[in-house]
Amino acid sequence: MIGYIIRRLATAVIVVLGVAAIIFALLHWLAPSPAYDVLGPKAQPAAVASWSRLHGYDRPEIEQFFTYLTNLVHLNFGYSYKLSQSVSALFKENAGRSAYLTGAALVLSLIIAIPLGIMQAVRRNTVEDYTFTTLNFVLYSMPSFFLGLILIQFLALDWGIFPPGVSSSITTTWQAFTHPAQLTLPIVTLAAINVASFSRYMRSSALDNLAQDYIRLARAKGLSERAVLARHLFRNASLPMITLVGLSIPTLLVGNLLTEYLFNYPGLGLLFYTALGNLDYNVLLAYVILGAILTVLGNLIADIAIAAADPRVRLD
Amino acid sequence: MTEPAAPLIEGLGGVAGLSATVPEGGEVQVIASGWKLALREFFDNKLAVLGLAVIVLFVLFCFIGPLIHPSNQSLVNPLNTDLAPGHGHALGTDENGFDEFGRIMLGGQTALEIGFFAATIATVIGTLWGAISGLAGGIVDGIMMRMVDILLSIPLLFIVLVLATKYSGTVVKLSLLIGLWAWPIPSRLVRGEVLTLRERDFVSAARVMGATRARIILRHLIPNALSVVIVNVTFQIADSILILAYIGFLGFGLQFPATSWGDMLGGAQNYVTEGYWWLVYPVGGCLVALVLATNLVGDALRDAFDVRLRRR
Repeated sequence: MIGYIIRRLATAVIVVLGVAAIIFALLHWLAPSPAYDVLGPKAQPAAVASWSRLHGYDRPEIEQFFTYLTNLVHLNFGYSYKLSQSVSALFKENAGRSAYLTGAALVLSLIIAIPLGIMQAVRRNTVEDYTFTTLNFVLYSMPSFFLGLILIQFLALDWGIFPPGVSSSITTTWQAFTHPAQLTLPIVTLAAINVASFSRYMRSSALDNLAQDYIRLARAKGLSERAVLARHLFRNASLPMITLVGLSIPTLLVGNLLTEYLFNYPGLGLLFYTALGNLDYNVLLAYVILGAILTVLGNLIADIAIAAADPRVRLD
Repeated sequence: MTEPAAPLIEGLGGVAGLSATVPEGGEVQVIASGWKLALREFFDNKLAVLGLAVIVLFVLFCFIGPLIHPSNQSLVNPLNTDLAPGHGHALGTDENGFDEFGRIMLGGQTALEIGFFAATIATVIGTLWGAISGLAGGIVDGIMMRMVDILLSIPLLFIVLVLATKYSGTVVKLSLLIGLWAWPIPSRLVRGEVLTLRERDFVSAARVMGATRARIILRHLIPNALSVVIVNVTFQIADSILILAYIGFLGFGLQFPATSWGDMLGGAQNYVTEGYWWLVYPVGGCLVALVLATNLVGDALRDAFDVRLRRR
């Protein structure tokens, strides 16, 4: 197990190094030197050259790359000259709110998808099963913002149950947590994307498990159907969810961007969107590399967790 | 689809496809070629036929539609903005006074074009990359696949959006942007397929006969991995259309007055608040319907090519 973790960790480090190289190259291509951001667009070429020399932007690329890597290891993601703040400070300020939104959405999607998938598998090929399969398929093909718009239309504007956007008075993660009505629509929108794919896998995993002998044994020894499903089937059929949750991080990040933009909720996604408009490449590429690191971490943790949870998984 | 009439010799694939009803002496049953079986399986799937019909309808609607229903889509008309449906505009007008019905056709053209081009670019690069990597094996394979791992860990929409701040606005640029970042997925699929194919006798036979690597890849490996590739193309098209919609929705899509469905939904939050439903739901509905249809076709193709699910 230890050897397996070390090997997986080594591959993860190689992948992150590769991502860093690509992001560094893009950064150099899109924004070679922040001199113009600092000195203004009308700066004299001589002033730009001297600024670049002073701050080390005239050194060989490979040397600059090593500086970039060293900074990255120290969680220094660079400086946003547009917002006059370090990117790390911007991330720290927004991460809590995004983590709450995304985490709540992930938990909600699991709470819905796991029982739904088991229910569909138990009542396979009935009207309920077909209805939810169809619904999931539509949801899976729907851009998340469109679902958000439909929710805003009905639940916010027509029936007035929830506000159409997150109020600007919500500034801290704690406030977001203590005002559930404000966050309901964003969380539901973001959760819906994953429900579609999670419950599809859950259904097929539950179907596979229902055909196994241990389920027949549990029934034969007289357990109630409820106990069979809740105690035996649930735990075994949920194993693929570990991998799926690990793999869902890119989808969650993309959904987070669109949801935060749609509901005007200040977090990492909205920060990214603002940076797109400002052409603030330091923030943009720092967020891309953060997203890549989270993706790699998600895969890594899922691989280790599934190996720990399922003794049948062979480590090689 | 019922049993097809029994043609003696099939053109495609060059395999004689004798129908099951024909055998005289009952001795040799010639099994129809894989492609024909897959095609029959596909057309037996009602949802797949529905999906295909929806796609064909959209292509006709978007490309032939403007000839039947011509509308001004380039000259802003400030007197006719945000008109409700009716008054000679079946779906009303948008904030520039453009006829919304005609605009959906225009936006659909670019969505279909970019979806198709981006998927083609991604598939061609990915197929070649995967085939070369799988056939080469060893250290070359290791390096090529680590590069795929690296690219796969970068969230696609983010990197495409960052680059769209500089390279966006036209169909060609957006297709390249999406296609050039989306190829790692097909490359991984094709490599997996090639790894099993390269051990097969026909590849060894070709090698013994002195075929070059390029010939083995292009004439033997890729044609045999084609079913995986075709299934993937449909999903790539659906994904590209969605990515395009996201880019447009966030405001980095095509240059005005060109448009795509995502661009048209860019102001949707305001439309919903103002009650301009005709600027939101028809476009959004088209988007969902096209992606749904493409996914249906993809799912059905995957089932059709899956030998385990197939009857003979």
